[in-house]
Amino acid sequence: MKRIYLDHIAGTPLAPGVVEAMLPYFGDDYGNPQSLHAEGQAAASAVAEAREEVARLINASAAEIIFTSSGTEANNLALKGLALANRAKGNHLVFSAVEHLSVLNAAKSLEKSGFTTTLVPVGREALVDPAEVEKAIRKETVLVSVMLANSEVGTVEPVADIAKAAKSKGVLVHTDAVAAVGNIPVDIRALGVDALSLAGDQFYGPKGGAALFVRKGVRIFPQIDGGIQEGGRRGGTENVPAIVGLGKAAQSAAAAMAERQARMAGLRDKLIDGLLGSVDHVILSGSRDKRLPHQASFFVRFVEGEAMLLSLDMNGFAASSGSACTSKALKASHVHLAMGFDHATAQGSLVFGLLDTTTAEDIEALVAAFPPVIDRLRKMSPLYTEFLKEKTP
Amino acid sequence: MIYTEKVMDHFANPRNVGTLPDADGVGQVGNPVCGDMMTFYIKVKDGKLDDVKFQTFGCGAAIAVSSMVSEMAMKKTLEEAMAITNEKVAEELGGLPKNKMHCSNLGADALHLAIKNYRDRAAGGTEEAAFGEEHEHEPEEEGEAAEASGKSVKCPYCDGPLEGLEALSECGRCRIHLVECPSCGLYTRAGEPACTHCGAEIKAEPES
Repeated sequence: MKRIYLDHIAGTPLAPGVVEAMLPYFGDDYGNPQSLHAEGQAAASAVAEAREEVARLINASAAEIIFTSSGTEANNLALKGLALANRAKGNHLVFSAVEHLSVLNAAKSLEKSGFTTTLVPVGREALVDPAEVEKAIRKETVLVSVMLANSEVGTVEPVADIAKAAKSKGVLVHTDAVAAVGNIPVDIRALGVDALSLAGDQFYGPKGGAALFVRKGVRIFPQIDGGIQEGGRRGGTENVPAIVGLGKAAQSAAAAMAERQARMAGLRDKLIDGLLGSVDHVILSGSRDKRLPHQASFFVRFVEGEAMLLSLDMNGFAASSGSACTSKALKASHVHLAMGFDHATAQGSLVFGLLDTTTAEDIEALVAAFPPVIDRLRKMSPLYTEFLKEKTP
Repeated sequence: MIYTEKVMDHFANPRNVGTLPDADGVGQVGNPVCGDMMTFYIKVKDGKLDDVKFQTFGCGAAIAVSSMVSEMAMKKTLEEAMAITNEKVAEELGGLPKNKMHCSNLGADALHLAIKNYRDRAAGGTEEAAFGEEHEHEPEEEGEAAEASGKSVKCPYCDGPLEGLEALSECGRCRIHLVECPSCGLYTRAGEPACTHCGAEIKAEPES
């Protein structure tokens, strides 16, 4: 059976040329970039080139890029590093209620060392209102962090407006752009942010290659203490192959951006219209127009997400879900609850992330396979039986 | 694969799915907050389970467990069916992932409730289906046990601490407006038509 992989959120395959670019640094070019000898300097120039590519993708300068091991590490470094470096100014932080757990839990950790936080609520489409962010800012606020796009529901947030509001009050702004960079055009100057997290495994680069942009002149405390790597802002020997792979993926993303974005959006709309049109009581989650081009997510009422994933998997499709049953902690997604959906609806979460190898035929196959999968599960569901009873008294 | 072949077989081809409109006993456990909901229907003849049907809203494990319980109970005496334990169900399925063990608790509980319901009816009691207590799963974090035992101590949307519970209308952390459910006492976002924890209707607050 042909497998159709629609779980971009969990990570992408590698773009053509990425493995080839990385391979020498597992082999002959094994030098440490910090070494002065020829072997070391070969690695150093590969890292420098990758830094240029990543910077170019987001319109930053190379010195503003700190390589990290993951988006999670970049978010931790941003939150803790910026909050602690600016503690003299204040101890209050502002986030949206739909941030990734690496932001929310880093914030919780900062609370233990004396910081206070305000979570800005979101509307039904997970959109953050810049006016709400502005209201949450106090005299002692040092940092606002709002994600550029939410991978679970696809919504793209008005970060430029949020940054403008925060900057007018002299507050630093970080954005978790892990789901966005490489998939939509991102320009840190246009956004006006001071820090931005990105990860290569969301745009056809390798796992282990990620970065934090920190605007020149902004102070940040390292969260991995060590040597002078990354300008003393992140210790540890550089993961040269992953960094090279990230640089190559950044180069490909920049070259393919306009074409990729338009093609993805077309397929995404085909999928959204197809699923909404083929099964009743399916709700699109997130914003319809302010949306990542490769993301389509839904709530399918009266059925549970994990059961859908297993059924789709048996039919050859890989997707994901934010349902409580699919999480190891058996908790409903904080994103769905913050959007105001009840637990029963949130349990029916189904998330698709398209790849640039996804075809129109793949989408058609999914739209055809979907109704019988849902029909089978609904026939088993006491919630659906109850619903039908109420409808026909 | 996180599940055994046996679990996947029962998930893909569940036995005895459906309802019995003329059931002698009905038992229902769980709620959508914890993820799973199961309803068991039984038909009793000569002290034996003549027919068993179920419906389940939940994950693969929950569906497989219900199916296995129905198969294990079919044509058994009521006493034999009451002796089906959660451990036995999990064992028959070739084991369940640790964090899914609570699903097996639900299956046997729902069956036992249906039998209890049959016995109550036979004793001249109610015709209503028997509903289980809210099942508890292992507390994952501090605070969850307190939540399960009654009053929520954390905001259900941001996990922020809720203080001054008496006059509370807004979470101090995420500033979502909250209302107390008149039925279960837990907090839900203002404007929701129903409590997100127990499903009870919440009357709209008068505009102030």
